[in-house]
Amino acid sequence: MLRLTRGTTVAFGIVVGIVLLFMYAPLFLVIINSFNVAPIANWPISGFTFDWWVRAFQNEALWAAVQNSVIVATGAMIIALVLGTLAAFALQRFEFFGKHTVNLLIVLPIALPGVVTGVAFSNSFNNVLEPAGIQVGYFGMIIAHATFCIVMVFNNVFARLRRMNPSMQEASMDLGASLWQTFRLVTFPQFRTAFVAGGLLAFALSFDEIVVTIFTAPAGVDTLPLWMFNQMARPNEATQVNVIATVLILLSFIPVYISQRLTRAEEEER
Amino acid sequence: MTVTASPSAPAAAKSKPLSTLLYRYRWVRLVGLLSLPLTWLIGLYIVSLALLLVTAFWFIDPFTSKVIPGFTLDNFVLVFSEPAYVTTALRTLGIALAVTLLSAAFAIPLGIFMAKLASPWLRAVLAVAITLPLWAGYLVKILAMRITFTEEGFFNWVMAPFGITGPGFSLFTVVLTLTYLWFPYMALPVYTAIRQIPVNLFDASADLGARGATTIRTVVLPLLWPALLAGSVFTFSLSLGDYIVARFVGGANAQMIGSIIASNINLNPPVAAAFSVIPIAFVVIYLVVTRRTGALERM
Repeated sequence: MLRLTRGTTVAFGIVVGIVLLFMYAPLFLVIINSFNVAPIANWPISGFTFDWWVRAFQNEALWAAVQNSVIVATGAMIIALVLGTLAAFALQRFEFFGKHTVNLLIVLPIALPGVVTGVAFSNSFNNVLEPAGIQVGYFGMIIAHATFCIVMVFNNVFARLRRMNPSMQEASMDLGASLWQTFRLVTFPQFRTAFVAGGLLAFALSFDEIVVTIFTAPAGVDTLPLWMFNQMARPNEATQVNVIATVLILLSFIPVYISQRLTRAEEEER
Repeated sequence: MTVTASPSAPAAAKSKPLSTLLYRYRWVRLVGLLSLPLTWLIGLYIVSLALLLVTAFWFIDPFTSKVIPGFTLDNFVLVFSEPAYVTTALRTLGIALAVTLLSAAFAIPLGIFMAKLASPWLRAVLAVAITLPLWAGYLVKILAMRITFTEEGFFNWVMAPFGITGPGFSLFTVVLTLTYLWFPYMALPVYTAIRQIPVNLFDASADLGARGATTIRTVVLPLLWPALLAGSVFTFSLSLGDYIVARFVGGANAQMIGSIIASNINLNPPVAAAFSVIPIAFVVIYLVVTRRTGALERM
């Protein structure tokens, strides 16, 4: 046991309290401000209204932005699932020259600042592909998002493969199953939860992304973060942003709940 | 045994030529697995980065303000000599460092409390509590800090009775907001590392006469370096490249490297490209150094 003096224990407890207050108080302020009568954020709020909520739900530009975000995140997630899983199998099952470089290559798009990634892609799209007659348009966003989402799927699947027993697959093939049958019936069920978790993370990452989107979104197309960004840049019109932010805060409970369920299911499997 | 097995074996091999081929030649499997991801990452991403970096050696025609391919080091000279640019680069490094130190300063006591002092129930609650905001959205958190520290906001209201006025939108608020954004990335590895410290180390330390505080300083902290390094990869690199936070809560004097890249990309692409070399260099060095120490693998 770590034995600390009463004073030290209390001091640590106070630090924990400060951290929790620092983490949650601002989020509560956003939620409360979404009901604020005053158009500019203040405290205590000037009065209570559902006005911004009604307006937000009737805002067609906002719904279009939500739709774009879902499309882009779904596209990026599907590409990331395929590429991330392939890369995870290659790096987990094989030893080859340049393995560490491939690993670095997968991490790089998320490790480099979004502004660098965004500017690099927009440079390629606008100054190289467009003069060559290739219009990426809407797909530019999906391509860019998929690139930094690969690592999410890769990390999850790779970690699971490391714990899997390869002799199960050898047994399956010895019993006459083809490579595809083995994958479908033996290998995939073993890393399914990691596959789903990686896909969810990829979706969430893309759904939340703003910086790369600023540089790769075609003119006139807003994703949800881009819509929020534009509203926040005009502080006097930022009222509906509080409503969306409140919805996003409440929605953020879902992935935590799912990941808790997944880890619990995993523990029961073992 | 051999009599019954031998007729079916060639038949199986004949009916599944692809499986046999893939099973026999490892390199065929490896190429099959790697070709798509590598084509994507190199063909789209690395080529894009290379094209951007090449632009750093090009220049702008002073009359038409069009980008001319060529070779000049003027853009790099400008980045390292123009006082405003140098100040911005140093400010950005300072901010990233401050965010990392502040995160560590809070993560260590939080981790010790959660792992060694809290009851199992409280520990579970705190573990959920520090992961929950991770998902709340990047812009949502920036908005939240903006509302907290605005002129008429919560912070000034709480502090008013004490005669204190908050930092408003300033460099300090930028550091605080970036810490708010990236703190869980530091808190989680530190907490995991403290949990893994065997209890008998504390007993041994106490038996040898060390008090709690001494045990933390001489036993816990030295064991935390890999976790702190792993956490700092996120807190440092993510802060280094950010410019949205500076834009929304930074006030007038909080420009960062990212702000310069973003504002120059249309006006003067070569300068923007030259500037993006700084964060790329820092992040790659950081990743290589942390890989050497093996800190990331232990997460």
